[in-house]
Amino acid sequence: MEEIASLFHGFAVVLEPFNLVLMLIGITLGVLIGVLPGLGGANGVAILLPLTFSMPPTSAIIMLSCIYWGALFGGAITSILFNIPGEPWSVATTFDGHPMAQQGRAGEALTAAFTSSFVGAFIAVVVITFLAPLIAGFALQFGPPEFFAVQFLTFCSFVGMGRGNAFKTIAAMTLGFALACVGLDTVTGQLRMTFGTTELLRGFDFLIAVIGLFGIGEILLSMEEGLSFKGGAAKLNPTVVWQTWKKLPQFWVTSLRSAAIGCWMGITPGGATPASFMSYGIAKRVSRNGDRFGKGEIEGVVAPETAAHAAGTSALLPMITLGIPGSPTAAVLLGGLLIWGLQPGPLLFVEQKDFVWGLIASMYLGNVAGLLIVLTCVPLFAAILRIPFSIIAPVIVVICAVGAYTVHNAAFDIALMLVFGVIGYAFKKLDYPLSPLVLALVLGDMAESAFRQSMLLSGGSLSVFWSNWLVASIMSLGLALLLWPLVSWAKGMLQRTVPAPGTGA
Amino acid sequence: MKDGEFTSSRGLVSKRTMEIVVAVLFLVVGSIVITDSLRIGAGWRDPEGPEAGYFPFYIGLIMSGASLVTLVQAVLKRPGAGTSFVDAEALKQVLQVLVPAGVFVLLLNFIGIYVSAALYIAGFMAVVGRYAWFRAIPVGVGVAIVLFLMFEVWFLVPLPKGPIEELFGY
Amino acid sequence: MNVAKLRLFRRLTAVAGVAVAAAIATSSAFAAWEPTKQITIVVPAGTGGGADQMARFIQGVVSKHNLADKPIVVINKAGAAGAEGFLDVKSSPGDAHKLIITLSNLFTTPLASGVPFSWRDLTPVAMLALDEFVLWVNAESPYKTAKEYLTAVGNGQPGEFKMGGTGSKQEDQIITVALQKVAGKPFTYVPYKGGGDVAVQLVGNHVHSTVNNPIEAVAHWRAGKLRPLCVFDEQRMPYKDKMTDTMSWNDIPTCKESGVDVSYLMLRGIFMPAGVKQEHVDYYVELFKKVRATPDWKEYMEKGAYNQTFMTGDEYRKWVENAEKLHYELMKEAGFLAKTN
Repeated sequence: MEEIASLFHGFAVVLEPFNLVLMLIGITLGVLIGVLPGLGGANGVAILLPLTFSMPPTSAIIMLSCIYWGALFGGAITSILFNIPGEPWSVATTFDGHPMAQQGRAGEALTAAFTSSFVGAFIAVVVITFLAPLIAGFALQFGPPEFFAVQFLTFCSFVGMGRGNAFKTIAAMTLGFALACVGLDTVTGQLRMTFGTTELLRGFDFLIAVIGLFGIGEILLSMEEGLSFKGGAAKLNPTVVWQTWKKLPQFWVTSLRSAAIGCWMGITPGGATPASFMSYGIAKRVSRNGDRFGKGEIEGVVAPETAAHAAGTSALLPMITLGIPGSPTAAVLLGGLLIWGLQPGPLLFVEQKDFVWGLIASMYLGNVAGLLIVLTCVPLFAAILRIPFSIIAPVIVVICAVGAYTVHNAAFDIALMLVFGVIGYAFKKLDYPLSPLVLALVLGDMAESAFRQSMLLSGGSLSVFWSNWLVASIMSLGLALLLWPLVSWAKGMLQRTVPAPGTGA
Repeated sequence: MKDGEFTSSRGLVSKRTMEIVVAVLFLVVGSIVITDSLRIGAGWRDPEGPEAGYFPFYIGLIMSGASLVTLVQAVLKRPGAGTSFVDAEALKQVLQVLVPAGVFVLLLNFIGIYVSAALYIAGFMAVVGRYAWFRAIPVGVGVAIVLFLMFEVWFLVPLPKGPIEELFGY
Repeated sequence: MNVAKLRLFRRLTAVAGVAVAAAIATSSAFAAWEPTKQITIVVPAGTGGGADQMARFIQGVVSKHNLADKPIVVINKAGAAGAEGFLDVKSSPGDAHKLIITLSNLFTTPLASGVPFSWRDLTPVAMLALDEFVLWVNAESPYKTAKEYLTAVGNGQPGEFKMGGTGSKQEDQIITVALQKVAGKPFTYVPYKGGGDVAVQLVGNHVHSTVNNPIEAVAHWRAGKLRPLCVFDEQRMPYKDKMTDTMSWNDIPTCKESGVDVSYLMLRGIFMPAGVKQEHVDYYVELFKKVRATPDWKEYMEKGAYNQTFMTGDEYRKWVENAEKLHYELMKEAGFLAKTN
């Protein structure tokens, strides 16, 4: 096994003391960056990129990729504790993670999130190590129709599962799509719905909406019930990690499925955010406890976290082998490679063995080190909830404001965040669901441009979505998922109208 | 508003009213989206496929349709059936967070994010949380300094700054 | 460090007497303006793109070689094809600590979107380099020269050949329009978000050709997946190191040589807000001269096969003026100008 030998060589590179120190610094910085909403992932790596110029490329990529792992871990912390997703792919983690924290099970949710992240990343690294040459070419199959199909599939796996008022769900979702349209249209270069204002030129960023809707909205809701966070009074349990670990193995099917979804979405490259939504949506449908998702189900934390981490990790594969970034952070790392004088592409594995295997080895070690660091801090993180509300609430608002600002360096976005907070509060009270809105906002833009690129390529013919086995099977799977609730609903209706068994025609 | 002090659970706005307000707002947004999409062209041109306004147009249409149904549902609901959207006590609590946060966001445009954050945190702790000023001020100033060091000094991320930071050469 | 020294100097002069003080006074007239706080480089594009890379590279080089006393920070303002970044700089006149690194969107964005700004709202500082464009096809395709390919396009159905590019109504599409004038039949232009994506789309045979920058496509060229047909410049690129077994950048003919008279170069230049003093501009010109002298910069230029033209002052201003005119004409001809509403 040539890979094993190369990998051990890689470990030798990473285990040099200098690189080990960089790894630990990277992870710690990463967790910090991941915790601060807005500053996460791409921005964080971009900010620290120039620091690495005076290092050898291998050390530099070890540090930067460890920042990346750290940010992936860190994103879960604020999602669970305060309902503020530090990273876009942590949104789905809030659905069950935050209710768990409200029930006083923050430690359990954090442990589940970190462990699942680790499992997802680990599986993805194994896939990268042994299958890299095989699957690297797979991303080449993906043209605009395939990308649209993947977004369609993500969407279908998520919708149709809400129980609330269907019209409110539709209204919330269309609001998300409409907000995604604001700004410059990528296909024609026209401005849409900016009404001549400078502030709307940049459009509505997903993160700003999410920080407002979820984070600020949550604070307003907690305020109604007095000056406290629910779950803050829970007893701190030092053995929480161990006790959660005992529960996790029963979700192995969910973990494996989510890791598979994540790897696939990272390699194609669909991205970590759609992967987490898709994984959550499918887990909810398939799981026996599906009905309890959204109310603090541990499986609802496992599914998105595993997928997000698997996708985030495997996104580095198309970056190294093809030079296409699977995520915004990978795009910045790619810029780093070019600056250090490395050409990502098929030849990198041949010409820069040290570098590639050092990076892969640092994925293994970085994730193990990251897991240890964040797990030891679980009781510490959980204890944050015990800080009195009247201290932590303004601090959260300030941190949210910083996050909203750093997305586009615009003070207007902070005001926007506050408005989204009020919308989030009102929607929650009136039972307008927030997750379809957020999903539409994140997918709308990508899906629309992929669709229109496909139309340009096909000359306006929809048959392009069934033009080869790959796109056809993804589309069909999406349609099946979309129609599934309809079928089961029809089945239910049939059973009700035909109560006596054996009387059917 | 004054009566709110006597009965803690008196509803200010009924849920039904809010339903109607939100549905109408959705209708407004929907029609804005439709109008703007028509302006930039909402057709399906033959070789190129959909124009820039094609998707937004239908999204606006669907949004308006769905909200119209919600609106009708809300209007038809008997006025007595609706529960309260927010009662006076809860609204007071919510405004206690919202108003200072709004002031903070307004202030940071003029005096920078660090000074306004210090004022906001200290003020909130003292006024809403009833902490003594000698506790509130160190916390507010401390958080602001930590943020300043982290963003301006270590990460080199510029955040909005005001005259006080300028004195220090930032 | 310089500031500290200067301070020490001043203290000494206080003791030393009139003659020395006079000498210092003349030398401090030469000791030109220095930044008093951090220098911001605005990138009117997203993280990870060419302009962003260059800005962060400059940031890294300056701090590595200690070329400036104050740190450089890079911020991205990518909204509306960079309009947001330009408007930000336009709205801070006289700010001597703000720079903007431009790409062709300095010209194309206001023309295509109607957002009101132009280079006249800014102060030109220096042209750092020009970015080349190369016509690429998939290595499996039968076309060996630009002429052959464009003849095939001319003989095909209108819109049969698909050209992938970055963004809409920007540099890639402008070149495409110029090419289809030569070919006589239109391409179907498919806009993507980033140059890296475009190159991969070509490798995966989803489009027929691209006009990627060298750095975006070089990896695939070296891996034998893409074939360069010609470079859109007046001269061949000067880099003679072999990139593949047989070819160097220098071996790629110019499009003019291959009978396709189209040339286009993209500005990688630095501007400041309007209303800054000449001494501020001078400081940054000197700074960029120092950056250009570092071995890191030379290597970076070579890797990206940039055209290393450096201009400042009136020469640069004139170049920008001409480029603006050229873009206006090209875009007017292509029908890309924003309708005035």
